[in-house]
Amino acid sequence: MREIKYSEAILEATDQCMADDPSVYIMGLGVTDPKGVFGTTVGLEAKYGCRRVLDMPVAENGMTGIAIGSALAGMRPIMTHQRVDFMLLSLDQIINNAAKWHYMFGGIMKVPMVIRLLVGRGWGQGPQHSQSLQALFAHIPGLKVVMPTTPYDAKGLLVSAVEDDNPVIFIEHRWLHGVTGYVPEEKYRVPLGKAHVVREGKDVSLVASSYMTLEAIKAAEILAGYGIEAEIIDLRSLKPFDEETVIGSVKKTGRLVSVDGAWRTAGFSAEVLAATAEKAFKFLKSAPARIAFPDVPTPTSWALANHYYPRAVHIVNTVREMFGKHTLKVEQVEVKCDVPLDVPDKAFTGPF
Amino acid sequence: MNRDTLISLYYDMLRVRMVEETVAELYHEQQMRCPVHLCIGQEAISAGICAGLGKDDFVLSNHRSHGHYLSKGGDLKTMLAEIYGKSTGCSGGKGGSMHLSDLSVNFLGATPIVGGIIPVATGVSFAASMKGEDSVTVVFFGDAASEEGVFTESLNFAALKKLPVVFVCENNFFSVYSPLSCRQPRDRDNLAIAAAYGISGAKGDGNNVLDVYGLAEKAVSYARGGSGPYYLEFDTYRWREHCGPNYDNSLGYRKEEEFLEWRKRCPVESFENKLIKEGVMSAGQAGEFRLKIQREIAEAVEFAARSPFPEVEDMFSDVYAGELN
Ligand SMILES: Cc1ncc(C[n+]2csc(CCOP(=O)(O)OP(=O)(O)O)c2C)c(N)n1
Repeated sequence: MREIKYSEAILEATDQCMADDPSVYIMGLGVTDPKGVFGTTVGLEAKYGCRRVLDMPVAENGMTGIAIGSALAGMRPIMTHQRVDFMLLSLDQIINNAAKWHYMFGGIMKVPMVIRLLVGRGWGQGPQHSQSLQALFAHIPGLKVVMPTTPYDAKGLLVSAVEDDNPVIFIEHRWLHGVTGYVPEEKYRVPLGKAHVVREGKDVSLVASSYMTLEAIKAAEILAGYGIEAEIIDLRSLKPFDEETVIGSVKKTGRLVSVDGAWRTAGFSAEVLAATAEKAFKFLKSAPARIAFPDVPTPTSWALANHYYPRAVHIVNTVREMFGKHTLKVEQVEVKCDVPLDVPDKAFTGPF
Repeated sequence: MNRDTLISLYYDMLRVRMVEETVAELYHEQQMRCPVHLCIGQEAISAGICAGLGKDDFVLSNHRSHGHYLSKGGDLKTMLAEIYGKSTGCSGGKGGSMHLSDLSVNFLGATPIVGGIIPVATGVSFAASMKGEDSVTVVFFGDAASEEGVFTESLNFAALKKLPVVFVCENNFFSVYSPLSCRQPRDRDNLAIAAAYGISGAKGDGNNVLDVYGLAEKAVSYARGGSGPYYLEFDTYRWREHCGPNYDNSLGYRKEEEFLEWRKRCPVESFENKLIKEGVMSAGQAGEFRLKIQREIAEAVEFAARSPFPEVEDMFSDVYAGELN
């Protein structure tokens, strides 16, 4: 089995989509520069030429509209943004045009495009370089939203996203780019809208996505040491949202912890709880819980950011409380405490 | 031009250079845990522009803001403490290098979303004009920012309302690793774009502080006199990597020779030589300035390094002005 990095999986998916379909092209700041969007676009220009692989003016809103127009006229653009925060300039084009074009013209036209958004985290990225806005996109009818955790899903979901006839928001957490995992060499697809049961368990359902899935996996290992078997569901797609898999799991375990790497209020973690309350209410053995970021912008100082991002220990304690057990001290779960947690956890390199 | 002005232009550039070099040197200790965009090579622009501004005039800027902040008179200690993530930093550790401000000198803020600060600065000048104050607002931005829609939207409104704002574009030819050639048509001319809105402007040598100072004087008095906005653009060169303390010419996105050419035109050194040659200042004096600045920087670094980190509770403050409920 071949193991490659998440960033390499993205590159391979892009490469294979471009090889198979001449209407696929990729555009974004730095796509052709030596770093190639954290390695995800390296070598594409040499292979497919500067007409299909292009850097662009720093003009996100206009360029998104241009991508949309080209999609209406038969192209399949992939657009990249090195931070979610930079693409906010293009919300008008995405929400008013891309998301609605198919609907507002009575289904006669379509906007097949992928918008790759990288979530920055760590090293003092701060308020304007590390936002996680998946809930915002998932709120908009007409957009699909995916956020893969593993290299396998990154490749398979990107292929599906490129082949899909709708605008797909494809969210990549920066700390996943270096993670390795099993990835087949041939082109394959992971369906949009299907969650993945990462680990089976009978006691509690941990529903997570993207980077937070790795924290959930670590939490489940710790919980197993205390005799609690957690089931982990990696959502993979937020829109469409695979309620069925989540509800099925909660019916089995009777307990839910929804873990989301984003703000708490009106976040996607609330959506998971709402669906559970509506559809699995009578199966719940205890009140479901949310783990999310506090409702404040990301602070820059590592001394604050350390406390901003929830980790495995917080998941563990939330579950323990559900079982009426005392919470563990951070030291009981982690070796390091008062050191900066602003670079990727060495334990999280995979394979996943 | 009087001697004091010449010397203070030199001193200001030298100070910014030495601060940036200190940041670059200490960055490897990994105590400044946030992205830093150093302005080494571009010091003449902030120095030349800010020298013509009063304390009541406003300055706003972008991610590469250290020089703008310092030249406007921003406090060095609170800047370094901010970069160190300390509670004594100018933003209490919440912002880092990309979010500096010092209200005591009307340095209203710097933000790293490209172009985003241009309309905000225009709005600051709009307030001055509504209130009938005679302050001028200066906004610094890079060549890439002029590609964003808000650039021309701001020019339009500033011209429409004859706002006292000076747009200062620092053209260093690159946006991260992307040269102008992949972002703008070759004959694009921002001066002509400004002129199309009826905005006067000028281009200058961004490595020649006297050139910058001369144009700034003209622009600021034009704007202050109620004639409306002014557009200035300066060619210059960033010496270090886009973000971080190192040199990155080896990546291959630009040629080492190009960098070396620009380094020969160092704004600080060339001005120093000129002042010495013309007898305005002696080499000994330049050495004294260096020592003085070194001491100031050492003290500021000490302050930053020794300051406490913010407390966990501080994370929750400042989200809203006043009480939420
Ligand atoms: C809206 C937006 N798009 C992209 C970026 C990423 N980015 C950060 S700095 C930068 C280059 C900006 O170049 P320029 O404005 O010319 O200033 P310079 O860095 O050359 O001083 C880019 C593209 C950003 N911060 N904001």
